[in-house]
Amino acid sequence: MSRTLKRILLAAGMFAIGASAAGAATLDDVKARGALNCGVSQGLPGFSNPDDKGNWTGLDVDYCRAIAAAIFNDPTKVKFTPLSAKDRFTALQSGAVDVLSRNTTWTMSRDTTLGLNFSGVTYYDGQGFMVRKSLNLKSVNELNGASICVQSGTTNELNVGDYFRANNLKYELIAFATSDETVKAYDSGRCDALTSDQSQLYALRLKLTNVADHMVLPNVISKEPLGPAVRQGDDQWFDLTKWVYFAMLNAEELGINSKNIDQMAASNSPEIKRLLGSDGKFGESIGVSNDWVVRIVKHVGNYGEMFEKNVGTSSPLGIARGLNNLWNKGGVQYGMPVR
Amino acid sequence: MSLDTVAYVAPVDLRPQEPAPVSTRGAYGWARAHLFGSIGQVLLTLFGIWVIYVVVPPLLKFFIFDAVWTGTGRDACLPETVGRPVGACWPFIAAKWNQIIYGFYPEAERWRVNTVYFFGAALLLPLMFPKVPYKRLNALAFFGIYPVAAFVLLTGGDLDLRNFVLGWFGLDLGLASAGGLRVGFWLQFLIVTGIAVGIGMLVCPFFGGERRSVAKTILKTFAVIGVVLLVVDIDLGLVPVETRQWGGLLVTLVIAVTGITVSLPFGILLALGRRSELPLVKYASIIFIEFWRGVPLITVLFFATYMLPLFLPGRFTIDGLLRALVGVALFASAYMAEVVRAGLQAIPKGQYEGAMALGLRSGLMMRLVVLPQALKLVIPGIVNNFIGLFKDTTLVLIVSIFDLLGILRAAFTDPSWATPTTLFTGFGFAGIVYFVFCYGMSRYSMALERRLDRNRRH
Amino acid sequence: MTDARWSGSAPVRRWSWTDPALRSAVIQITLAIALIWMAWSFFANAQENLARQGIASGFGFMENSAGFGITQTLIPYSESMSYGRVFLVGLLNTLLVAFLGIILATIIGFLMGVARLSNNVVIRALASAYVEVTRNLPPLFQILFWYLAVLSTMPNPRQSWAFGIKPFLDSLASGASAIGLTPLGAWLKGMADAAAAPGVFVSNRGLVVPRPIFEPDANIIFGILVASVIVAFFVARWARKRREATGQQFPTFWAGLAIIVLPALAAGLVLGAPVTIENPELRGFNFVGGIRVIPEFVSLLVALSIYTAGFIAEIVRAGILAVSKGQTEAAHSLGLRSGPTLRLIIIPQAMRVIVPPLTSQYLNLTKNSTLGVAVGYPDLVAVFAGTTLNQTGQAIEIIALTMAVYLTISIVTSTLMGWYNKRVALVER
Repeated sequence: MSRTLKRILLAAGMFAIGASAAGAATLDDVKARGALNCGVSQGLPGFSNPDDKGNWTGLDVDYCRAIAAAIFNDPTKVKFTPLSAKDRFTALQSGAVDVLSRNTTWTMSRDTTLGLNFSGVTYYDGQGFMVRKSLNLKSVNELNGASICVQSGTTNELNVGDYFRANNLKYELIAFATSDETVKAYDSGRCDALTSDQSQLYALRLKLTNVADHMVLPNVISKEPLGPAVRQGDDQWFDLTKWVYFAMLNAEELGINSKNIDQMAASNSPEIKRLLGSDGKFGESIGVSNDWVVRIVKHVGNYGEMFEKNVGTSSPLGIARGLNNLWNKGGVQYGMPVR
Repeated sequence: MSLDTVAYVAPVDLRPQEPAPVSTRGAYGWARAHLFGSIGQVLLTLFGIWVIYVVVPPLLKFFIFDAVWTGTGRDACLPETVGRPVGACWPFIAAKWNQIIYGFYPEAERWRVNTVYFFGAALLLPLMFPKVPYKRLNALAFFGIYPVAAFVLLTGGDLDLRNFVLGWFGLDLGLASAGGLRVGFWLQFLIVTGIAVGIGMLVCPFFGGERRSVAKTILKTFAVIGVVLLVVDIDLGLVPVETRQWGGLLVTLVIAVTGITVSLPFGILLALGRRSELPLVKYASIIFIEFWRGVPLITVLFFATYMLPLFLPGRFTIDGLLRALVGVALFASAYMAEVVRAGLQAIPKGQYEGAMALGLRSGLMMRLVVLPQALKLVIPGIVNNFIGLFKDTTLVLIVSIFDLLGILRAAFTDPSWATPTTLFTGFGFAGIVYFVFCYGMSRYSMALERRLDRNRRH
Repeated sequence: MTDARWSGSAPVRRWSWTDPALRSAVIQITLAIALIWMAWSFFANAQENLARQGIASGFGFMENSAGFGITQTLIPYSESMSYGRVFLVGLLNTLLVAFLGIILATIIGFLMGVARLSNNVVIRALASAYVEVTRNLPPLFQILFWYLAVLSTMPNPRQSWAFGIKPFLDSLASGASAIGLTPLGAWLKGMADAAAAPGVFVSNRGLVVPRPIFEPDANIIFGILVASVIVAFFVARWARKRREATGQQFPTFWAGLAIIVLPALAAGLVLGAPVTIENPELRGFNFVGGIRVIPEFVSLLVALSIYTAGFIAEIVRAGILAVSKGQTEAAHSLGLRSGPTLRLIIIPQAMRVIVPPLTSQYLNLTKNSTLGVAVGYPDLVAVFAGTTLNQTGQAIEIIALTMAVYLTISIVTSTLMGWYNKRVALVER
């Protein structure tokens, strides 16, 4: 019996290693695999959230779909890996995912010592606090002595420390490994306040028992530029992920959306022609076909569409564009020119 | 001198024997001995009855009498809408039932999981009862064929293998593929088989083996490997299902069963190694065993999830579940080694001496004389190990794999089922599942132990 | 294989493929090469991977400042302190929960183990039910149950259940006065009045109890207490020696208790009880003052104790059953009553069987304390292998260090165990 077993195990070991051997460049791997491995959060409405059937939706999810659309002309060729805040970087470093699109704050230490490259800022955010309306609070500074729930291993955890110390406020920080646990603890009254990026607070609010009893305080205590990240050392892949993001911004700026994309493809504007690939070989320079932007916009939409669909005022989250508006409309989203 | 005159002898026949005092026999006697023999006893009994009264009726009330049995949302389980105190909210379990059993396994493919469950039970049950015949065949089916079939069914097979041994050293025969099979891979396989047979024939004199038989054994081994690889590699037309879509009871069982089956052979090897006379083998085994036994499973899982990928060459990517399985297997092997070692130690010296007297080489002696007896002795230990492993599978939720407990905990945060009793219902249900599995297995292991004890006394 | 070995010819030692010495050398060298190759390739791969991904390596990060807060710290800690400090805080939290858990589990386990052997069927059945239920539910399940289902449903701080210690102290005081200890009674009365406000609160923020604050004079009492313990120890030793020499009994327990308690009590009365009690008070969001026990800690401690106690109960039962019945009968026939029989005859022999598995249960409890990470208890794994790993990304160093800590605990314990086993081993004569 044990001999048979040993043989089976040996075989199992072999295929496990043999089947997963991968080449050098991420783009080649992705193409060979026929799918993009995308690391997302474990469940955050508006950003990445699986429904009961396991279909993922959200802003972070759509960004990965856009990459898949650019590469394969098929936004479904993405495998989503839900990652906790704790294991997200290791997952990216070890190659378990090709791109980490998991509302991750762009910080210097992550960009340098953690070996990441941030491809852009898909959502400008800031850290906020959610409290019960019954507390009648107006500002974060009234939270002296409060218990605060936070997800462990996030910048939020560090920001609270900095802010409260700087303002001479006392607090008790209770850190949980997943956002589900954190919300649950806040909901059950273990904490007076729940802190996270404001966008997340709006999303997490939907998970509370009585949504109407809670409010997000207006103060923002940090800058949280959230964006997708890739591994250092693969410039081609870094470029591709960066330009998918810029392309979506440029498409919005030029008025190209998923509905008018076919008319726009025939446009005479040199800018549009360059973006949509009828002029120049910009797609090839990042390793995809020249009509890459057409594919992205057709399947996923431009940045504005992506925002509105997932987190905008018409979505359950109802977040205003604010900072995330285009640079010429009062925001700071600025697509680098395709030229 | 007649007996009548001796004062110390009773003059008449002994009086008829009296029945034992009423206080020591019958129901009364029993109750006296076990319930109220003394004031202390009475107090203890009263205390016990009080505890039962405090614990049992509320539980029954909560889980049965006050429970809500039908409904489609949280409203069905809110005391305000129901208009009475509400106990367990069973519709919550019903709504989450599919997730609890299958995780996020695609709905259309769930028959595959059911098939695996069914054959697992159908093959395991006869194996558990000593009286059922065809044990060898049954064991072969359960330990040999079933895992491969289950693997193909659950994942969808069609692994698209590219490299076999040679490829890892950079030799890629990248030839065309057909029917999900790559020609290059199978060429490599044949070459490696040839090399292995060659090496085997070269070194076999070391171990006193015969060239022909060694070559035959190696060929047979490779044939088995080949068949297994063929089965997992061929495209059977099943839709592939990512392991991250697995969850619930499926993941719990997959981890526990894989852990125990993988740990068995490795545990035996380690146990033999620990008893080896070769110092290097012995100390390597001891260090391995004591290391994994000395650290908590969570750190092992952390090791497997975070560190293992860094230790593997280049850009190897290992599936998240497989990583957890590697961790669990390392951990379980160390524990299994200790169980097997206990069995080896229990074999009387005479058995070794007898085997040696018959002229058996040490390998054959282990295989034919010692191990069969030792393994039979440690079956209860193995079952106990399995219980431990079954309970330990819950830890994978910490590395974000959704086992039974993980799925339930995720379900707790679903606002559409947020009621005051949801948590208790979920814990009650999961508790019953875990208890039934673990308690059942521990009873089984105890029964086996008794049977072994009886047999040994002959 | 009918070869020369069976022919009975005189053994001539000559070079042979099957020479055991050669074979063992070949096997060991092969194993050594394989192990070294494996270690080397792990090392090389890790180096290459780290370099490619630009992850820093080395233990330099331990001196960087951590920047995050921790709920429960046994030593002073603030965000500006280093990751090294975080490591220490986490380690102490692990040791705290393990230490208290071991004590609790032992007490519950011994009680349940003895109860399982009780003559009383109701008690026996209850103890069996306890053992079966607690052993067959996963520890993580139990921890989550206590945390999510029990502790988080407690009221919020404003509506917390408050218990005063005044009634308790009052009754103690009247009790003391009644048996003639008037000064003690008066002192307790004073304490009771000082603690008029409720001091114990139970809420979803945990358990808050008053904190005794010792004035400098209290050190004198502590000194006296330590001295009395030493004296009591020597008295006990003397009593044992005398008993072994002459057979005379000495009431060691009561004498020891008196030696330890009375001088300290007297000193306390003379110095006017240099202890004040700081009552916790609800101010703003949380309680200020007093000692607070966080619910994460409570759930972990309760779950671990209850789970491990189930196993300890079985060990105790098996240990007592392992002492042959003849021992009890012999003790009874020597005229020992059942109390001394249990204490002097059964338990010492049972301990020999109980202690080794008991230690491994203690180790298991310590290892299971890592599950606290699931409820946010800041133990070593949560704050170091969790948060610190995530903030620094240095998986290899951190996980290796964490494993080393647990390994050290294991090795130290099993070494102590081996030493104990040798000491108590049955000396066959």
